[in-house]
Amino acid sequence: MRLRLRVNGEAREAEDVWEGESLLYVLRERLELPGSKNACEQGECGSCSVYLDGSLVCSCLVLAGQAEGREVVTVEGISEGDGLHPVQEAFVEAGAVQCGFCTPGFVVATHDLLRRVPEPGDAEVREALAGNLCRCTGYEKILAAVRLAARRMAK
Amino acid sequence: MEFIQPTSWREALEAKAALPGAVPIRGGTDVMVELNFARSRPQAILDLSRVEELEEWGIEDGLLRVGAGVNYTRIVEEIGDRLPGLAMASRTVGSPQIRNRGTVGGNLGTASPAGDALPPLYASDAEVEVASMDGSRRVPVADFISGPKQNALSDNELISAFYIANADGPQQYSKIGTRNAMVIAVCAFALALHPEQRKVGTCVGSAGPTPIRVEGAEDFIGGVLEEGDLWQSRGAIPDAALRRFGELVAGAARPIDDVRGTAEYRRHSAGVLARRTLGWAWEEYRGVRGAA
Ligand SMILES: Cc1cc2nc3c(=O)[nH]c(=O)nc-3n(C[C@H](O)[C@H](O)[C@H](O)COP(=O)(O)OP(=O)(O)OC[C@H]3O[C@@H](n4cnc5c(N)ncnc54)[C@H](O)[C@@H]3O)c2cc1C
Ligand code: FES
Ligand code: FES
Repeated sequence: MRLRLRVNGEAREAEDVWEGESLLYVLRERLELPGSKNACEQGECGSCSVYLDGSLVCSCLVLAGQAEGREVVTVEGISEGDGLHPVQEAFVEAGAVQCGFCTPGFVVATHDLLRRVPEPGDAEVREALAGNLCRCTGYEKILAAVRLAARRMAK
Repeated sequence: MEFIQPTSWREALEAKAALPGAVPIRGGTDVMVELNFARSRPQAILDLSRVEELEEWGIEDGLLRVGAGVNYTRIVEEIGDRLPGLAMASRTVGSPQIRNRGTVGGNLGTASPAGDALPPLYASDAEVEVASMDGSRRVPVADFISGPKQNALSDNELISAFYIANADGPQQYSKIGTRNAMVIAVCAFALALHPEQRKVGTCVGSAGPTPIRVEGAEDFIGGVLEEGDLWQSRGAIPDAALRRFGELVAGAARPIDDVRGTAEYRRHSAGVLARRTLGWAWEEYRGVRGAA
């Protein structure tokens, strides 16, 4: 089937989409947006997190057809222009990126947290990021990055 | 594979009647895992995410009627104050990403004994509304869930909503998992005090082939409260009665050993959760803990 949707503010189309395909597959393999990562395909790791109509979701658990006509924002679309978003900057500066595989998912989930709760406490951060796994950093630096981003964005 | 995307409830029921093998999908948090791992290849998928009727909730016949498509995030935010037990359970489901998509309708559809939304529905005598082109019927949740991953839906039926009373007293939900978030319950327990009916509702999750309502424990504690006139006096429940309540719940659990826990651990924890949640809810009722 043919799929039409808006991704990062642009109208996009994908051809020959299989009916059982996930939104994640469409983004990565058909729309050339490899930012969202595919690690588990079962909602466990959060590395495929995107916004679907403004709501944070695992794109591996969205059936492609469910995104027809909807608005998707991926990690590629959260910053304006060519610069990094403050959340992305904070991840780099705090050393919250090692292999980087989990980073796009963490960035989108953190973005979602900070727009809902501009000054989250540590417990809130842990709860909000509970659906994102990282195999490298031990999470402390990720927590530091979230605090840093929150401070900067609050200004 | 065929993909059917109705935009109204009527169209959805028509599609289900025409293609009884079509697998419904709403949040997709169970269905997509099956598809991604090629565990199932249905002939057709019926997407319910555009059916606006399923997104609605409101009061009907003095009860809350909550559409099968209302996700956990909305349950917590929009009706959590009316259904504190279900809201507590909803908060434990997966992660924000999962709660933004997953629905009680999907939890009922999957009918897992570990489904977190189910015990609070049992403890408050909720009913599941199912519909087909022939009309709709309401089924008590305990009859709707008929076995592990089995429910009472016929091939031509869909779940439209569930009916549940506004909380008329304190409610609790407690869940044990291997970590704080993102886990399937090793054992769970829901409790609802119904002061108007002078009843205590219970349900153990994840410790049997289906969630289990423990009538023996409900009757026992009901007798203790009646005898001591405790509903009226709001006096404390004696420790021995709390312990006995826990023992009766543990005795009614029918757990199995699996990778997440042994049967013995599950049975023990069901008793502990029962005793504690009753203690907390009763303290709240007495006005000692939190607001009633
Ligand atoms: C990472 C992860 C973590 C999870 N954690 C938890 C957890 O902590 N607790 C928990 O209980 N569950 C958990 N789940 C399971 C899942 O999120 C829940 O069962 C959820 O309630 C399913 O809702 P859904 O709308 O996504 O269902 P879907 O996947 O869309 O559907 C689930 C089933 O219900 C059927 N169905 C859906 N809607 C209808 C309808 N209206 N009429 C008839 N049939 C219907 C479908 O055909 C399917 O069989 C988790 C899942 C994942 C991927
Ligand atoms: S790839 Fe989607 S959550 Fe892991
Ligand atoms: S940095 Fe490697 S998985 Fe997180």
